[in-house]
Amino acid sequence: MALKDLFKRDAYKHTVMYSGHVVPDPARCVQCGICTYNCPIGIDVRAHAWQGLPVIHSQCITCGECVARCPRGVLRFEQTDLFRKGAG
Amino acid sequence: MRHVIIGSGVAGIAAIEAIRSIHPSLSGSGDDGEVEIVLVGDDPHGFYSRPGLAYFLTGELHGKALFPRSPEDYQQMNFRFVRGCINSIQREAHSLQFENKTNLSYDKLLIAVGAQALPLEVPGANLEGVLKLDHMEDAKHILNHARRGKTAVVIGGGITALELVEGLRSRGMKVHYLLRGDRYWSNVLDEHESMIVEQRLKEEDVTLQHHAEAIEVMGKNGHANGVRLLNGQTLKCDLVAYAIGIRPRVELAKQAGLAIDKGILVNEYLQTNDSDIYAAGDVAQAYDPMTGRSVIDSLWCPARQQGSVAGLNMAGKRLAYIKSTPFNVTRLAGLTTTIIGTVGRGRDEDLVGIARGDSETWRELPDSIAAQSGFDVNHLRLLVGEKKILGAIVMGDQKLSLPLEKIISESMDISPIRERLLAPNAKVGDVVTEFWESWNSRN
Repeated sequence: MALKDLFKRDAYKHTVMYSGHVVPDPARCVQCGICTYNCPIGIDVRAHAWQGLPVIHSQCITCGECVARCPRGVLRFEQTDLFRKGAG
Repeated sequence: MRHVIIGSGVAGIAAIEAIRSIHPSLSGSGDDGEVEIVLVGDDPHGFYSRPGLAYFLTGELHGKALFPRSPEDYQQMNFRFVRGCINSIQREAHSLQFENKTNLSYDKLLIAVGAQALPLEVPGANLEGVLKLDHMEDAKHILNHARRGKTAVVIGGGITALELVEGLRSRGMKVHYLLRGDRYWSNVLDEHESMIVEQRLKEEDVTLQHHAEAIEVMGKNGHANGVRLLNGQTLKCDLVAYAIGIRPRVELAKQAGLAIDKGILVNEYLQTNDSDIYAAGDVAQAYDPMTGRSVIDSLWCPARQQGSVAGLNMAGKRLAYIKSTPFNVTRLAGLTTTIIGTVGRGRDEDLVGIARGDSETWRELPDSIAAQSGFDVNHLRLLVGEKKILGAIVMGDQKLSLPLEKIISESMDISPIRERLLAPNAKVGDVVTEFWESWNSRN
């Protein structure tokens, strides 16, 4: 991807809300705050990354903005048991 | 009991958190046997994400977003912040003297003052418009100049030089990037990886010049307006940005008579040769009991870990800092790149000493065998030892970076796949994926 595209692009929009939550890898995180800056709900994703805690937040819509925007691959989706294939 | 921490970077903040995890304090006054913490910093902006300055330069976020903590957070951490420069440490008196001659006593002291950019040592380097990227103020300075100018010259190597190139380019400047050697970051990347980065820069209209040594910054009315090269060429420009390496800020420790090599020498407990003084982060040269050597890392995560361990030890614990596999994720010319373990060797002509986001360990171990596979923008290189993978570089698609981090840091026995990894034209990624999935299903 071209640099100019990278800097101006919109983050990849997930067409279907993902069934799960965002999980950080604190070892990769440098607390730049791009995740929090781009969260449309205003969740402090960065604080979760500092503490190594999954973003389990009642208002998180799992839109994927934070996952897509993070330049260091800190964040990933993890399925919750509730929505896992075969789960009741 | 008063703990004093010099330096408001990640090591200092981690140390405060660690001390407070042992000694929660109600008032923080130090009275009634409570533990008082004083943070002394000379950066007017306090604690922010220094690596995040790269994204501030590109315009991906605004400056305020780089500050992870609110005043309320700091209130909860219960420490006193004193802005100022320390002039000297009087070890016998357990006292610090500020530049304004006031004093502050300590019981335990942590030096976490980081590192600073090595100066560009050519005539004209002190002209206005010759810029480095150490702090928030530097980044603001660069953006101010970028708004007013059209052409920039970038000198240096490693991650920071590329951050400067990318930041200035994304702000619409024409950028000349000067490399003294024959390729980018030659002591960490191999030829193919350097070529990928350089190619991507060229596609973004960055003008790269190899074997280009700046010998003078030219100026008019005190402001830089060009660079003269060793080959006689001159480049007109409105600003010169440089990143030729960093130097741990050891002056204070040196004046205090603490043991110093490249950084402040500390044992595995992050203690200096004075048992009441600790050091952590980019300024510390930490002893690694696994290798018996003392090395410098200029990485966020080890700085945080060291700060935390130092804080716990200051608070009375006895915990050793065990250096983990050096690991960094960065973006090189827009390509997410993970560097794990041992990947390169030798020196880079564009850098003097260590660069930010670098670890000496990346160049430590000798012969190992590299298995490579790659396409245009997805590239994977492994350094394969007798029984384990010693290092890896993952450029582009990051699916394998997490498994490789684990495989390398846990020294997993890769004997079953070694031959396949080293076979000609091996599909290295597939082999690693298969190994990882099989390991995962068993654990």
